[in-house]
Amino acid sequence: MSKITTSVAPPLPTATEKLKFYGIWVAAAIVLLLLPQVFGSGGSLTTFSLIGISIIFSLSYNILLGQTGLLSFGHAVYYGLGGFLVIHAINIIGANKLPIPLPVIPLIGGVTGLFFAALLGWVSTQRSGTAFAMISLGVAELIASSALILRTFFGGEAGVSANRTKLFKIFGWSFGPQIQIYYLVAAWTLIAVIAMYALTRTPLGRMCNAVRDNPERVQFVGYNPHVVRYLAFCFSGFFAGIAGALAAINFEIANASYLGAQQSGTVLFATYIGGIGFFIGPIVGAIFVTILSLGLSDLTQVWQLYFGLIFIAVVLFAPGGITGLLMMHRPLLRAGTLRQVLPSYLLALVPTLAMIAGLVLALETIVHFTVNPGDDSHIKAFGIPFDAASPSIWAISAVLLVGGFLVARKDWVRVKEAWDKAGSIEREKDVTA
Amino acid sequence: MSAAIELREIKKSFGNIPILRDINLSVAQGERHALIGPNGAGKSTTFNLISGYFAPTSGTVLLRGEVISGLPPYQINRRGLSRSFQVTNVFANMSVWENLRCAVLWASGQRYAFWKNIDDLPQVRERTAQILADIHLTARRDVPAGLLTYAEQRALEIGITVAGGADVILLDEPTAGMSHAETERAVALIRRLTEGRTLLIVEHDMSVVFGLADRISVLVYGQIIATGTPEEIRGNPKVKEAYLGEEAA
Repeated sequence: MSKITTSVAPPLPTATEKLKFYGIWVAAAIVLLLLPQVFGSGGSLTTFSLIGISIIFSLSYNILLGQTGLLSFGHAVYYGLGGFLVIHAINIIGANKLPIPLPVIPLIGGVTGLFFAALLGWVSTQRSGTAFAMISLGVAELIASSALILRTFFGGEAGVSANRTKLFKIFGWSFGPQIQIYYLVAAWTLIAVIAMYALTRTPLGRMCNAVRDNPERVQFVGYNPHVVRYLAFCFSGFFAGIAGALAAINFEIANASYLGAQQSGTVLFATYIGGIGFFIGPIVGAIFVTILSLGLSDLTQVWQLYFGLIFIAVVLFAPGGITGLLMMHRPLLRAGTLRQVLPSYLLALVPTLAMIAGLVLALETIVHFTVNPGDDSHIKAFGIPFDAASPSIWAISAVLLVGGFLVARKDWVRVKEAWDKAGSIEREKDVTA
Repeated sequence: MSAAIELREIKKSFGNIPILRDINLSVAQGERHALIGPNGAGKSTTFNLISGYFAPTSGTVLLRGEVISGLPPYQINRRGLSRSFQVTNVFANMSVWENLRCAVLWASGQRYAFWKNIDDLPQVRERTAQILADIHLTARRDVPAGLLTYAEQRALEIGITVAGGADVILLDEPTAGMSHAETERAVALIRRLTEGRTLLIVEHDMSVVFGLADRISVLVYGQIIATGTPEEIRGNPKVKEAYLGEEAA
């Protein structure tokens, strides 16, 4: 390597950094291995399995949205088709006693997703932006509606089911118990996450970023942006297919909801709320949204409404998602000025929470009177019982909502001031350093 | 030896409005050729036709004797023609290093590789480092391109254009909006980076044009009214009348 490269190019990772990097993956593997020892109940194992599936699905979605700048409204198509093919494959393999064990079955889902992405993606990836979004929506509607029409393959509204335990066994694992499914999902999650991370560090991965930033200029450095988008789309379909396959294996059923708009919306939610600007963003989003959707649905009837509100709040106030919010603090942490902004956070948190409490109270009351007005007005939301008919509840809600809003508005201005101050100190340090 | 770039009877209209009326232009290999003319004469349109941004309405563009008109920009680029843009056109969210590396990838044969680690490509690394040093942005290596100063962005623009090693370079107003000192630095940079290559440059700053170009073509109202050495152009009465007017007086 020439002198100029060593002096000018960014330093290659040292042996310790490499070791640290591989250490993270090893640590992740150990955590996944030990997780059932800590949370061993069937419920938590199911939750972990769903989180793993959601992580793969969200990361596959971010190959499009975050990496290549393609907003898709129909990503569930590749997830769902992967799921359906896998259910049929399990049935065929089981009926013919083929020597194919369950752990390799997700590959069938992946190849299915890849196949359909390759088939349907060529046209839609001609353009990015609105044209791509609209075509993805059209394709999604087409596939979702054919799921209800082509009954022999999709099984109509009931869907198609399979028995995963009837397959060729390895190590004597039947994959009946949830713990075995957990390990299957965990292993595939780790493999898929590593593969998708590696993809970002290849020439194709970098050109995806370039196409996201400026597809026009890409053409003038020798690349065809359409091909870059198409390849990204194919990879995204492949990993979505793996996620769909794992979901089908987990539930032993595939139905039209796998392919539908709601599934496509959920993955967009999870990815965006987690943060599309960082590789780990969708992982954070998948964990957050899965836990929230399982938890919220127990606590309130209108959990989807809260989902929508959270999504709007993230788009408006934290476009970088949860990860973006956390990463914002890294320079402050480095400069040691993080402590200066924390008090202002606490100050702002109190009225904001009051406002949210007021909002929840108002929403639950309104929902009670619009959805089931004849029922007893003593209702329970988030585990707290209250009387929706009592005027004092209405008053409390109004006070919290309006008061919280007025105080919070001032406090958030203070947060911004504290930020500016902390930021300027950090910049001064930069100059003197 | 065939010309590096040749335009034969090029016409281009947008709707019913003719922009280029009948362009014949030949740029020899290794030549530094400037294209000048008043605003709206069709200079940028000419660049867009050569680089494949548009196809001509009629006529042919040849690159080293091969027809390239009608080809998409990336295929023209792969044949060794690279252009810069009048309005800075970089990858704003990516670092300076990443910007230059993207411009190096195709030329070093990486194509759409998804099985190679980008940091394990010594050739790409070396070439990128070389360009980074050439455009004097070493200190700004890790800064997102969108946060660079205007002059730095213009330097990066030139860096991206030459990074792939194309031997025919088109620069569209590389010094527009620069201070005097910045312009001087940019000209020195252009001179150095296009050494031994063919250069076609659109430029408004006449001191840059006359200092840099071997030959000059004057484009007025969609037609080339004169081509010649700087001396010939300076002395050409038609050019004086149509364009240089005040400056020559």
